[in-house]
Amino acid sequence: MGKPKKAAKRPFKAEIDKLEINVQKKLDAVEEESDSDYEEVDIDQPKFLQDLKVNEDDSSDSDAEIEASEEDEDHESAEEQSQEDNDDVSSDSEEEGENDGKIQKAESSSKNTKTTQKKSLVKLTRPMSSENGANSTLTNRQNEEVSANESSSEEEDEDEYKEYDTSDEEDIRCTEGNINKAWLADFKHLGYDWDGKKVIKPDTGDRLDEFLKRMEDPDFWRTVKDPQTGQNVILSDEDVELIKRIRGQQIPEKEFEEYAPWIEWFSSQVEQMPIRNFPEHKRSFLPSKDEAKKVSKLVHALKMGWIKTREEQAKLRKKKEPTFYMLWKNEDDPKVRGIHKHIPAPKRLLPGHAESYNPPPEYLFDAKEMKEWNKLKNAPWKRKHHFIPEKYDSLRKVPAYPRFIKERFLRCLDLYLCPRAIKMKLNIEPESLVPKLPSPRDLQPFPTTLAIQYKGHTDMVRAISTDHTGQYLLSGSDDCTIKIWEVHTGRCLKTIPCVGIVRSVEWCPNHDLTLVLVAAGNEILIINPGVGDFVKKSKTDSVLSLEPNQTDSIVSERVKSTVQWCLPDQELYKTGLRIQLKAFKMVSQVTWHGKGDYFGAVIPDGQSRSVLISQLSKRKSQLPFTKSKGLVQCIKFHPKKPFLFVATQRHVRIYDLLKQTQIKKLMTNSKWISTMDVHPMGNNLLVGTYDRKMLWFDLDLSRKPYQTLRLHGTAVRGVAYHKRYPLFASGSDDRSLIISHGMVYNDLLQNPLIVPLKRLQDHQPFNDFGILGVHFHPFQPWVFSCGADSTIMLYSN
Amino acid sequence: MVAKRKKKYSVGEGAQFMTRKAALKKLQLSLNDFRRLCILKGIYPREPRNRKRAQKGHTGIKTLYHVKDIQFLMHEPLIHNLRDTKVFNKKVARAKAVKDKTKLHQYLENHPTMPLDNIVKERYPTFIDALKDLDDCLTLCFLFSTFPSLAHVPRDQSALCRRLTMEFLHCIIETKALRKVFVSIKGYYYQAEIKGETITWIVPHQFAFEPQHKAEVDFKIMSTFVEFYTFLLGFVNYKLYHDFNLFYPPKFNNMVQNQNDQALVDEAAFLSERVLALNFPISKSNDVFEEDVNIDDFVSEGDSEEKIAEAKKEAERIRKLKTLFKGLKFFLNREVPREPLVFAIRCFGGEVSWDKTLFVGSTFDENDESITHQIVDRPSMPNQFISRYYIQPQWIFDSINARDLLPVNKYFMGEILPPHLSPFNDPERDQQYIPPEERALYDPTLLEQQHKKDQEAINKGDDEVEEDEAKEVDEDAKEVTTKSKLSVTKGEVYKEVPWEKSRQEKQEYRLREKMVKKKHKKLYKSMMEGKEKRAKEIWLLRKKRRLHDEKQAGEKTIKEGKSVQKKKY
Repeated sequence: MGKPKKAAKRPFKAEIDKLEINVQKKLDAVEEESDSDYEEVDIDQPKFLQDLKVNEDDSSDSDAEIEASEEDEDHESAEEQSQEDNDDVSSDSEEEGENDGKIQKAESSSKNTKTTQKKSLVKLTRPMSSENGANSTLTNRQNEEVSANESSSEEEDEDEYKEYDTSDEEDIRCTEGNINKAWLADFKHLGYDWDGKKVIKPDTGDRLDEFLKRMEDPDFWRTVKDPQTGQNVILSDEDVELIKRIRGQQIPEKEFEEYAPWIEWFSSQVEQMPIRNFPEHKRSFLPSKDEAKKVSKLVHALKMGWIKTREEQAKLRKKKEPTFYMLWKNEDDPKVRGIHKHIPAPKRLLPGHAESYNPPPEYLFDAKEMKEWNKLKNAPWKRKHHFIPEKYDSLRKVPAYPRFIKERFLRCLDLYLCPRAIKMKLNIEPESLVPKLPSPRDLQPFPTTLAIQYKGHTDMVRAISTDHTGQYLLSGSDDCTIKIWEVHTGRCLKTIPCVGIVRSVEWCPNHDLTLVLVAAGNEILIINPGVGDFVKKSKTDSVLSLEPNQTDSIVSERVKSTVQWCLPDQELYKTGLRIQLKAFKMVSQVTWHGKGDYFGAVIPDGQSRSVLISQLSKRKSQLPFTKSKGLVQCIKFHPKKPFLFVATQRHVRIYDLLKQTQIKKLMTNSKWISTMDVHPMGNNLLVGTYDRKMLWFDLDLSRKPYQTLRLHGTAVRGVAYHKRYPLFASGSDDRSLIISHGMVYNDLLQNPLIVPLKRLQDHQPFNDFGILGVHFHPFQPWVFSCGADSTIMLYSN
Repeated sequence: MVAKRKKKYSVGEGAQFMTRKAALKKLQLSLNDFRRLCILKGIYPREPRNRKRAQKGHTGIKTLYHVKDIQFLMHEPLIHNLRDTKVFNKKVARAKAVKDKTKLHQYLENHPTMPLDNIVKERYPTFIDALKDLDDCLTLCFLFSTFPSLAHVPRDQSALCRRLTMEFLHCIIETKALRKVFVSIKGYYYQAEIKGETITWIVPHQFAFEPQHKAEVDFKIMSTFVEFYTFLLGFVNYKLYHDFNLFYPPKFNNMVQNQNDQALVDEAAFLSERVLALNFPISKSNDVFEEDVNIDDFVSEGDSEEKIAEAKKEAERIRKLKTLFKGLKFFLNREVPREPLVFAIRCFGGEVSWDKTLFVGSTFDENDESITHQIVDRPSMPNQFISRYYIQPQWIFDSINARDLLPVNKYFMGEILPPHLSPFNDPERDQQYIPPEERALYDPTLLEQQHKKDQEAINKGDDEVEEDEAKEVDEDAKEVTTKSKLSVTKGEVYKEVPWEKSRQEKQEYRLREKMVKKKHKKLYKSMMEGKEKRAKEIWLLRKKRRLHDEKQAGEKTIKEGKSVQKKKY
């Protein structure tokens, strides 16, 4: 706004001298008027025009018009004024005389350019209110008047109209009015012309045409569609230039001088004369009714408190701000009710070195850790830290932490949404959970070192046994032989071939006999091994040769079908075989009674006939059970009492053989029992299971295991008690032999003490089998183990 | 007659808990209002002992509140306030819709406010309770004080937060309560001790605000928290100021505006600017505030001698810490973060100033000759004063954490800084990695040893040549001895293998381990796993450190070799 005015005023600079007198006059007049004049912002047009007319009469008063235009802040008025200026100047120059015609010419040419600038500006701000339009027409009229009065300036005016069209009316053929063009998009016509006929849309051509045009027409880029006519218009160079300037945010007119010197017309200097000199309107002396109305409204609103003064507002604002006071004056107010069983939120963990902006170098991620971090993108809670440690070499380089807000937000969520509960935290060392046991060193002697390996079998050795002197070792193997070894030297004394796989062997506990019991295939063999004392050997033979009289007893059919006592032929007799019991199915285990007369055998597939008890002296067998109680795994005789322990798949039953009743049923809580052994005192029982457990039953205590030992990693296949020392051993498929201390006290109130002592692992693995049988030396703290690697090992202390 | 059968879940855990849905129904509130109420009142869901029973037989996970909590909420007058707000919102929406400006204006003028002071008192019956729960409050307020105006957040909240947090900092400065500072990648951790409570808060680094995704962060919820926290912090500030004999809206002793300024600047704005500067001591209402008490006075019989001695020592150390920077004059360069450093320095009695154009409140000029330390964070400076140390800001923080003025030579301008360690690590805890720098802090002799080692490592490079020669000589000598043919083999002394014993013990322990009761087996296993994991972590860190050190030593020797070569040429 300011610039055009400035430009308009410039021509006057030359004329200032001439006008000085006039200006002085005017200023005097203005001075008399109060400042309030300036506050009247809107000066009505007609009044203004009046003024203009007055001014034209005495054409020297150009300043007053400028004054007026200054007050009126409109483009239109600016333009108008500039035209006025032109006229005035020319008239002035005429009046003043021809003597400075040169100056005038130069000025007029410059004026021309200036006026054109005005116009272009006006054009840019075309969307105008109707009032402005009226103004412009008025000024046109005025211009005509002026031109009629002063012929000399006519030429210049004509020139103006030739080049530029001042009216904002364009070639409008369509009169559809100010409606949305989209509404007519589907119709054939664009609108209606002056006669009310449809203006048909020109043929625009299809895409192909357009494309061809684009390819061929060099002016395509400057072709625009006129929305009024629907026709293409090619922009001229000037238009293009104009658009470019506008888009570059420059003043559209090229010639416009942006940095022309500023003329401070209304300076702070007090002039002698008023600038304008017209009487005040009457209205300005009368109080405005409208304003009075407004004021009364405001007063009413204030009175009613609808609106507030600034002070009141500030006061109110202050009231709404939280005011703080001494809240905790008397600390022990008892009546305040709090949250029921309040659990305060736990505090956040404090940061460690890794979170530092300059951490020690070891905390920074290396490539591997970075990879791990990226891998856990979908499971961020598994990550080591919740951030990537970073190192900045100076504090100014540390950026804001991008997840800070998010973290605080999550904390807020935790505070009001996370369920709280009091959790007891164990603050103990894990070592304190391990039971305190006496040190193994205090519980010596027990076997610790591998002393002798007995090698000779060619297949798995399933069972071993020693005689009561501890001099000879008997072993039975899958290679269908039994071997007798000298314990101290490791020499194999004898090898006796059998008919089938030897599953169980046991030396007769009777000290006067040298007999062994062997379960081989379907047969139970009683063999005189022919080692040891010669007298005993021969005595045994003589005892066995006595035929008991069979007549007084009748062997039941059931027993007959189960087992048949036979005497071996000559050849077999030479090998040592004395008696042969042929069972109807495979025999898995044999065991002697403590006296050495009775022996038991297990025929696992025998259903109700699976347990067989035979008497050697009478050459007689009996089947104690009429009913199968499950798959029998193992049987043992009580060392002192006439009790029989029968281990089925999941339970151990104890029977009184005299009363022929079941005394106890022990619950093992395991899936499959493999083997068991009875403590030499007879009150404790050790059961090994295929599910890796060993169960110690205290028969006086309970029917449930006193202790469950999970010492082995795989199935336990052999367990044994030492006859004299408080030791027991177990062997399992993981090839380990574990020696444990198992002290049984005579005091009934004291429970047995069990301490694992030593783990020995020397057997070789074979088909996933490890140790198959375990046996203690009768009086030394030595242990034998036989394994699937077809060796027997002796461990001594 | 048959007794009436008892309904299931009418007693016990089933009757103690309430799902959120049931709570909403009972309170007749919308979810938003309920959330607001829960946040303000500090009600939270509870984890039942048996979830299925607590959910009355329903499986799955539901948000369960204690029935008593909900009853507690039911008697809360704030519910009426929430309902008023609801009505108000409807009125405003209607006025907006019909474009009734006057009514709208009128409504907005009288919008309902929520007085929360009762709730503060209810949640924290004693001042100590409030101090205990101040961590989250401070952190969130400090964060909010950096926020621009946001949608759904009251306009003046961030300004209020700024004011309150600054007042709190002033209080900390006056009472010299700060104990530890840690610069992490997240922000500045401060730990202060007020009335025996340790309060830790985080102040984010500069430009903490970042627009968040809608699904990620809900500023409305945070703003509700802040609404409560501002109340809490305000009351805590008031109480603290009162207890330490300060005027609550902070006043400054000898703060006189220039005549020119007085005309131009609003009094309140002038004051708040000084508050933000953190550089002026606020005036006390009473100068006789002395906290120091001898520990002897309070010795109870239960305490042992050692404990008392320990406590005394600690008190002495803290007394020393409070005057750590006394008599030192600091000048902050333009690039140094002003606020944290001014706070840290002033908390320990130092004097500090900065460039006048940086912020209001600078007290002395850079040209002041009495400045002892200038804190810079740039590699070099053209004009330097000889009378002062040019140090990096980490020196301040490390000195505070070490509770002593550290030697400045490692922190000079342009030096590569030693690592900045966290002061929150507890050295007593076992199974944690302690970096060598930290170990040196506890035992300064170690540091010397390390230095010596480094020296030796450097010297080694020179010695190696000599050693090689020496070796050759030895080998010659050996050859001579082997040539003699008469040989007597010495009887070998049986040596016990040193690790045999430990191996045996380990084996025994492993067997004993299997005797752990079944009840404790899982616990034991998980504990041992944790232990192993920690051990592995330590091993890894140690290895990384070793590799790093070796690499660095290698570089050093190469460098020195080069320099030696250069000398030769």
